[in-house]
Amino acid sequence: MRIAFVKREKAGFRRMIAVRTTAMLLALASVGMIFWFYGADPVEVYREIFLGAFGTKTGVSEVIVKLIPLLLCGVGLSLVFKGQIWNIGAEGQLILGAIAATGVGLWVPLPSYLVIPAMFLSGFLAGALWALIPAVLRAKMNVNEVITTLLMNYVAIRLLYYLVYGPWRAKEQWGNMTWSGFAQTAILPDHATLQTIPGTRIHYITLIIALTSLIFVYLLMNRTSFGYELKVVGDNLMAARFAGINISRVILISMIISGGLAGIAGVGEIAGIQHRLRPGFSVGYGYTAIIIAWLGGLNPLAVLVSTVFFSGILVGGSYIQISFGMPVGVINMFNGIILLFLLASEVFLNYSIKLRR
Amino acid sequence: MEPLVRMVGIRKTFPGIVANDNVDFELMPGEIHALLGENGAGKTTLMNILYGIYRPDSGRIYVKGKEVSINSPADAIKLGIGMVHQNFLLIDSFTVAENVALGFAKKQIRPDIEVKRRIIELGERYGLKVDPDAYVWQLSAGEKQRVEIIKALYRESDVLILDEPTSVLTPIEVNELFSTLKKLKSEGKGIVFITHKLEEVFQVADRVTVMRKGRVVGVKRRDETSKEELARMMVGREILFRVEKKEGEKGPVILEVVDLKALNDKGVLALKGVSFKVHSGEIFGIAGVAGNGQRELIEVITGLRKAISGKVLINGIDMTNRSPREIGLLGTAHIPEERVKMGIMPGMDLAENLILKKYFLPPFCRKGILDLKSIRSNAEKLKTEYDIVAPSIRVKAKFLSGGNIQRLILARELSSDPKLVIAAHPTYGLDVGATEYIRRKLVEERDKGAAVLLVSEDLEEILSLSDTIAVMYQGEIMGIGRPDEFSMEEIGLMMAGSRRMKVIS
Repeated sequence: MRIAFVKREKAGFRRMIAVRTTAMLLALASVGMIFWFYGADPVEVYREIFLGAFGTKTGVSEVIVKLIPLLLCGVGLSLVFKGQIWNIGAEGQLILGAIAATGVGLWVPLPSYLVIPAMFLSGFLAGALWALIPAVLRAKMNVNEVITTLLMNYVAIRLLYYLVYGPWRAKEQWGNMTWSGFAQTAILPDHATLQTIPGTRIHYITLIIALTSLIFVYLLMNRTSFGYELKVVGDNLMAARFAGINISRVILISMIISGGLAGIAGVGEIAGIQHRLRPGFSVGYGYTAIIIAWLGGLNPLAVLVSTVFFSGILVGGSYIQISFGMPVGVINMFNGIILLFLLASEVFLNYSIKLRR
Repeated sequence: MEPLVRMVGIRKTFPGIVANDNVDFELMPGEIHALLGENGAGKTTLMNILYGIYRPDSGRIYVKGKEVSINSPADAIKLGIGMVHQNFLLIDSFTVAENVALGFAKKQIRPDIEVKRRIIELGERYGLKVDPDAYVWQLSAGEKQRVEIIKALYRESDVLILDEPTSVLTPIEVNELFSTLKKLKSEGKGIVFITHKLEEVFQVADRVTVMRKGRVVGVKRRDETSKEELARMMVGREILFRVEKKEGEKGPVILEVVDLKALNDKGVLALKGVSFKVHSGEIFGIAGVAGNGQRELIEVITGLRKAISGKVLINGIDMTNRSPREIGLLGTAHIPEERVKMGIMPGMDLAENLILKKYFLPPFCRKGILDLKSIRSNAEKLKTEYDIVAPSIRVKAKFLSGGNIQRLILARELSSDPKLVIAAHPTYGLDVGATEYIRRKLVEERDKGAAVLLVSEDLEEILSLSDTIAVMYQGEIMGIGRPDEFSMEEIGLMMAGSRRMKVIS
């Protein structure tokens, strides 16, 4: 008896939904097993996660807070991924956006009403620039962007550490004593921070930018000649060459947008939540966004749904640390296992499995 | 004597194509058996079935008299069958010894000692010199082939299948290979030699099975046949159907190629100074075995490959080394050789595929914004006009059959009234219906005044469609003339490069 993989002629929409849903359920069941090893009742844990995220007003508002950076990164990634350009560097691009925004917010002398727009702009540019380096290497020298974008995340983290431990470190003052304080910058002045919806941490300006970017990317993908070129590049590079499409241009532009949106996510985190630059302000949003874009099938509208799902896990997951005494690593594992199942399930989309004697 | 291998009534179909149709094949011990035929005749498919890569739809296989079922190459290797593919299946970053041992080492501890000893031993015995410690990426194509043969011999194969083994070799290496094969034969091994080169059959084979269009045309002993007979069997005498075609009205020169030189992907000179002219209202057919520079020629004309010298003039304008888009906008249609790899976007729908060359132009696009309505109506119109069979214009191109994919490409390329049509192997692998349709379309374009450059390995096609033919061999044109100036046999021999015709212009 052997197992044979037979290529499917057709992968219908229904089958895609069925396969993805099954993969998700199996992933949740596997994570449930781990909860069970921790001595917790998996059903109880999932209930807690769900209620923690969506059962209270605070929960829902926190879900929206997490949704902002995830959506910005996820939307940008679904764009580049559509062109089969594998930007794994949203995390680093987000950090660069945060660094630029902090720098502008703290030190660039501007009329106060211009500070926020300047922070967003500089964040976009910094993220875009960070993405542009691997994009140029890929477009001009065919350097594999998976490696470069991934490794540039570590460069970005080191740069962040250097700044907050070094030149940007704020002096602390207590009475008339000053000393070099914690590894963080000074707090941003009020005109460099974002307003929030009262009683929540939702910095609504970034939320509006995120939702706008979603619509923008959706239209760009489906209603413009650039989107058409991007799809051709992603679907068949040879055909793109055959049709005379400027492949380098497609790579550069899509990476600029993707990196820029990640940069804006970084601005939002600094100006809306942290109000200063410190290490570890991003809990891997740029990485989670990869899974989000994938789960959303690279369709910006579906990406919104998958973002809500992952924001819920992030928020609900923080409750289970308290209620069940599980380490924070469990939540990271969650993401990893879901991605693993999703990727593994792809084979069932393209092949049917038959048993042969 | 019992045959080593006997294949009876083998049939294998792929979606839309019958690759093998009731094929019989026999290999005796101590025999070199050539499997001769044009590309697409089904030779490699037949041998892939014997090697367990494909399973036949029907038919039986006997090895050494016993009926067997070969489900994988592992089964084939167990039965003593080894195959050397055209594209070598070696791991570049491993050494020769590691490649040979992979999966088949005979000892668990320090297998390398025994493997290296055997490699040297086999090398000396059969003239297959290769350093067991060299990395595969360091080897030339000829050396890699030797490694593949050693691999098969190390696994104790009695049956050795070689798929077009000389295509990657230098003349000296070819001679070395042939003496190795004769040595193997003298020890009672059976060798299947897949080829489309007539000379090789006479140099090395004892018997030859000729295939055409998935069927066996005949089996001959070398000493009871001639080149002329084999050429005729290979290309086929009868013409399946004739395309209705009036005498063309030649107009002005549309395409002029002057002393064109270009390299292939390996950096070797593939076009060695090609010159010709194609007029409006003329079908110019280039015959030749694939790999003799036709692909490079088309790529240079369409802007996909750089020429190193020479000129391409379209409508009198120098378009040498211009971009594919500029050349396309000048009214050039290109029906590419690799229709799935290059001609379509498999994951995009019919409507999107149909605008590939024009998506940036009105009415499909204004100021960068796509007009979905005209994209859809264009698709509906072309789908009807070119008879593309698909449930809707939203169906993805990958779900279309080969014939419908070609209709899609034709619809896209011909719908903008091209001045120059470049068609590479346009009917390769298609059924009779689609073939006829596509040939008729090409003649129609000619009658509308387009210049048509047709490259094909199918001689019937070239002869029945072309107003002028040229034969290419090793990057050069062997002769140009009207189809009635050459006999089938003459063309067949020119394709094999064995006779050089005077150039008629």
